[in-house]
Amino acid sequence: MPTGNPPAKPGADLPDHPSFLWRNPEPASSYDVVIVGGGGHGLATAYYLAAVHGITNVAVLEKGWLAGGNMARNTTIIRSNYLWDESSGIYEHALKLWEGLEAELDYPILFDQRGVLNLAHSLQDVRDSVRRVNANRLNGIDAEWLEADAVKEICPIINVSPDVRYPVLGATYQPRAGIAKHDYVAWGYASAADRLGVDLIQNCEVTGIETSDGRVTGVNTTRGRIAAGKVALCASGHSSELAAMAGVELPVQSHPLQALVTELLEPVHPTVVMSNAVHVYVSQAHKGELVMGAGIDSYNGYGQRGSFHIIERQMSAALELFPIFARAHLLRTWAGIVDVSPDASPIIGLTPVDGLYLNCGWGTGGFKATPGVGDCFAHTIANDKPHPYNEPFTLERFTTGALVDEHGAAAVAH
Amino acid sequence: MSADFRLPSGGRIDRDTRLRFTFNGQSLAGRKGDTLASALLANGLHQVTTSIKYGRPRGIMAAGVEEPNALVQVAEPFSEPMLTATTVELCDGLVADGLVGHGRLDTEPDTARYDAKHAHCDVLVVGAGPAGLAAALTAARAGSRVVLVDDQNEAGGSLLGRDDYLDERSSDAWVCDVIAELAAAPDVLLLDRTTAFGAYQDGFVLALQRRTDDLGFDAPRHVSRHRIWRIRAKQTVIATGAHERPIVFSDNDRPGIMLAGAARTYLHRYGVQVGRRIGVFTTNDSAYHAAIELAEAGMDVPVLIDARHTVPPKLSAECATRGIDVYPGHVVTGTEGQERLTDVHIRSITGGHADTVVCDTLLVSGGWNPAVHLFSQLGGSLRYAPELGAYVPGESLSSARVAGSAAGAIELMACIEQGAEAGRAAVTAAGFRPAAEIPVPFADARADEAAATVLWRVPGSENAEEDTQFVDLQRDVTVSDVTRATGAGLESLEHVKRYTTIGTAHDQGKTSGMLAAAIVAEELGADLADRRPTTFRPPYTSVSFAALGGRDRGELYDPIRVTALHDWHVAHGAEFEDVGQWKRARHYPRQGEDMHAAVLRECRAAREGVALMDGSTLGKIDLQGPDAAELLDMLYTNMMSTLKVGRIRYGVMCGIDGMVIDDGTVIRLADDHFLLTTTTGNAAMVLDWIEEWLQTEWPHLRVFATSVTEHWVTVPLVGPKSRDVLAAVAPDLDVSNDAFGFMTWQDAVLDVADGIPARICRISFSGELAYEINVNAWDGLALWEALINAGEPYGITPYGTETMHVLRAEKGYPIVGQDTDGTVTPQDLGMSWAVSKKKADFIGKRSFSRAENLRPDRKQLVGLVPADPTVLLPEGAHIIESDHLPEPPVRMLGHVTSSYDSAALGRTFALALLRSGRDRIGEKLYAPVDDQLVPVTVTETVLYDKEGARRDG
Repeated sequence: MPTGNPPAKPGADLPDHPSFLWRNPEPASSYDVVIVGGGGHGLATAYYLAAVHGITNVAVLEKGWLAGGNMARNTTIIRSNYLWDESSGIYEHALKLWEGLEAELDYPILFDQRGVLNLAHSLQDVRDSVRRVNANRLNGIDAEWLEADAVKEICPIINVSPDVRYPVLGATYQPRAGIAKHDYVAWGYASAADRLGVDLIQNCEVTGIETSDGRVTGVNTTRGRIAAGKVALCASGHSSELAAMAGVELPVQSHPLQALVTELLEPVHPTVVMSNAVHVYVSQAHKGELVMGAGIDSYNGYGQRGSFHIIERQMSAALELFPIFARAHLLRTWAGIVDVSPDASPIIGLTPVDGLYLNCGWGTGGFKATPGVGDCFAHTIANDKPHPYNEPFTLERFTTGALVDEHGAAAVAH
Repeated sequence: MSADFRLPSGGRIDRDTRLRFTFNGQSLAGRKGDTLASALLANGLHQVTTSIKYGRPRGIMAAGVEEPNALVQVAEPFSEPMLTATTVELCDGLVADGLVGHGRLDTEPDTARYDAKHAHCDVLVVGAGPAGLAAALTAARAGSRVVLVDDQNEAGGSLLGRDDYLDERSSDAWVCDVIAELAAAPDVLLLDRTTAFGAYQDGFVLALQRRTDDLGFDAPRHVSRHRIWRIRAKQTVIATGAHERPIVFSDNDRPGIMLAGAARTYLHRYGVQVGRRIGVFTTNDSAYHAAIELAEAGMDVPVLIDARHTVPPKLSAECATRGIDVYPGHVVTGTEGQERLTDVHIRSITGGHADTVVCDTLLVSGGWNPAVHLFSQLGGSLRYAPELGAYVPGESLSSARVAGSAAGAIELMACIEQGAEAGRAAVTAAGFRPAAEIPVPFADARADEAAATVLWRVPGSENAEEDTQFVDLQRDVTVSDVTRATGAGLESLEHVKRYTTIGTAHDQGKTSGMLAAAIVAEELGADLADRRPTTFRPPYTSVSFAALGGRDRGELYDPIRVTALHDWHVAHGAEFEDVGQWKRARHYPRQGEDMHAAVLRECRAAREGVALMDGSTLGKIDLQGPDAAELLDMLYTNMMSTLKVGRIRYGVMCGIDGMVIDDGTVIRLADDHFLLTTTTGNAAMVLDWIEEWLQTEWPHLRVFATSVTEHWVTVPLVGPKSRDVLAAVAPDLDVSNDAFGFMTWQDAVLDVADGIPARICRISFSGELAYEINVNAWDGLALWEALINAGEPYGITPYGTETMHVLRAEKGYPIVGQDTDGTVTPQDLGMSWAVSKKKADFIGKRSFSRAENLRPDRKQLVGLVPADPTVLLPEGAHIIESDHLPEPPVRMLGHVTSSYDSAALGRTFALALLRSGRDRIGEKLYAPVDDQLVPVTVTETVLYDKEGARRDG
């Protein structure tokens, strides 16, 4: 039997946030580093710049409210069981940081290692899953292949009957994977960065990036010009617009991605289940609501809402796997804007403009990487050189062809 | 304790139909037409449950969807978690319990039926209250197609909870007249018990219709329980009314404290007294009517506490005549009581006078919040209206307008007039000429006498320890929680919501949202006009997963595709596998055989005699047009334009990154006519791919692409005896190698039944002499059976996909999606020969010159043979160099993509993608399998018949 932490009981009350979180300073006229985007990645980057590299003359510029974009909209799944060495490197680095993050930030981030199951529904799914499990183990990442009956033991509400449309043929299982509470994570980073002297500036939209002789010199914002020695972009769905301000064209496409929650329910779902084939990913959050990710809208867009038929389709798929969910109620839906790169891997590193750094292209997978990318991106900014974990994720790879294709195996075919 | 709080007359319930129900284990009775809430109140029960965090008793506060407290778990007749007592229609045999915080999912499968229906209209009206009815009537009289949805079991909206007169008749008569006229109109769809829960772009509105819930156990099984309406409207009129706003004061959560409008609804609609001794606390005139009406109905109403110094003179006088003491400039500062309110503490706003009033019920009115949810979902901006203390629509949208109290109207006449005007505007915008005159009925409802004031909260203890001033009752969030959030540095309402959890409960903040916004603004010293409310998200009210799943469940979840020969396979014991949407026969085990034995037998038959399979699932795309050849040259890495009519070519397709995405054959039927085959799972993707290029990049190409996959039954006939079998069924065809060469096709009429026309392709995916026979799908079974008969002398054997895999792997033929994973080029597969050097361009060509593609150490497809010929490598195993397993991370050279036991080779073998693979042929490497390292030797991909001698038979 797989091991791991016993599943936490959903339904508990959430811990209180601290009685002080952050200052709301006026922007200064100049910073050593300006981070554009006050989401999880931007806040974590600011924290590690200050905490690890001693760079504290830093501003995080957020056009809305802190961590109000994808950080507030994701389904909070954390795992590191990626196929390729490059991906498992950075995601496993993140997972190790997650494991110590509550103490590091002195914030109850509710990281709960309840395990993640990735289901296989076809023979090709099985081949791909076994391949990934083997790769994970050789990379030192906890992973197991489970047959359907073992899947049922871990998550008794899954329908593993062979008679359903796409039966569960097995699953990969990463016991150390799990979920955290996204706001708590963001606010943990934010308040820790604030304590170290980082200025968190909200309602401050960047409207231009200034360069001189191929080097970044500052940003124009809705709250005035701010000079900067270095500018780091952490703006997920709006990355391509921002990079274009500095004349950098990005190969990313922005799409709406939806998620939803139910009412609070008594504990019913002890782990996290993902199925690419029928497209379901679901967990039961700490308070007791089921949190479910829906599909991506195929059109490009920046509106933070998706198309309803995606939700309807999602429900049909969910009920195939979890008949018990039939009586649950959809309480709220929303969307985030995901920035999808051609190989479904992120872009983290330097740009053709000196002093301008890029972190984008995370698509649907950015939350789980938050500590890892914050640490590595801070390293990249501080040293003007990629950290070994983000070295493969260059912008140039789309020219050289050194892709890190995490689409998973191509569609099943014979 | 239950007692009779039902008035002897009045209300819209069916007094003759008594319904028994059980609540919290107590047997009770109500009447048809009751909600669970009205039935409980009729029995004198206010407390429904206790609160999630502090365990405080909580009662019924509202009469509709905005209810924050009265959550119930329904057990019978239909088990459902977390509903509000105010929206559950009573039925005989209902069993429900108050719910504390968390609902419970029943483990019994939900076998009810759910469905969805589309509706298209010129004007959609949401809400059948006074504004909505006026709008719908106006739109209908113009001759437009109208859909009117309303969430109640009867039309009327707020009129149902009041005693207004229209044109000197009961408002009920007007409602009946309007509904009758709408019902008689040819193009009007009336949907009651239907809640519009989501508004999307382009006039798309989702609504949930509860079709059988009120019937309880008598609900017919064949009728869908819930129906999702997908309504597409040119114009939408949002007439969704308003929710009354509570006022925050200490201990404002006790059972017995309810919204004043709700008490009127319980009186007029359900004939229920909400209490015996009623206090009223208000900031506006509307609660005076509640006080007077309740007093008229026999309830004792000792006090009306008005936060305003200037009170309405006439209404005050009417109160006085009924013994109601009006306290101008007073507020409620606290309450007493446990399971039920007992006392209310009041105080003059300016200090000084204070008193305590004994009462079992306190009606509260802090004004009205327009139900702007749908408007906001559409992206409509909101404006703070200081006179209302609420957000109202701040702009008009081109295809949606808001009317009535949803737009901030207070008085009945204004609601009706706004509704008529919105209907007129909508129907005009939809392209109709409105009827000249729509008579607007005259309402006797009285205009407000005194301006309302806005009061969010009565100051009191905000010490976190003792604070009982609840802002969000369901989340047990108090004023001190809000001030703690603002004190923590939070300025955004979204942050405060997340810090406190305000507005995240089942009611999604319908009563708490505005209060929270206002208290935060007060704390920050900010003007609400400069701030935004939190975003309104669908759904407006909760919708069950089952309803959303609709009919697309079980076997209807995703269509199962089967071939025309499927029944034969079933009858002959085939085991199937899912390939895309298709069911494909995987193998045909005989008595006592496992898959391994069956596959060895099937392989042997194909290599030594003759065998056949059902290949009908292969994607088939018919491509016609003068530029078809040009298109094919771009789609495939090979040159296709040089293919001669009558011939066939294998081809590879790459993505723009140069990675293989599909492969198949192209046969040329005429100069401008080709037939492409694709892999089974990728057929739709390839057609999409072709269309995407044709429509976005090369619209000048004159080509049509049509899926013909299901038109044909395709039967590969494989093995040294295949020519004999083909000759038997096609006696008129010269099947000799000279006349019918490899990679050519011929049309023939088969000597089957009355003569079946067939297209026969001489191609091979096994390395054996083989033909692929294509016939009209209707003739498929006749062909199959004829081949079985003709092959009987040679021991013809049907084989499945597993044998197909083994046969092709022995020959080193890759399967796209199994031996490739989106990172593999044709060169990696050893197919440089299939990549044209002559063509100027094709999809993927540019990428082949990238640095990464030119690396000598790319992963390449190779064969592997385990040192032990009986060891079967697991597919998905990795390959390493070292003969012992080092500590992680271990350098992986590649992985096993396909692995089989081969009858022909008498041993196991595998295909693998291996770094620098072709340079490693002959090397000994290792595959970690569990805790063992399996030694393997790298080989060429072709392990069987390397010379290709068997292809021509």
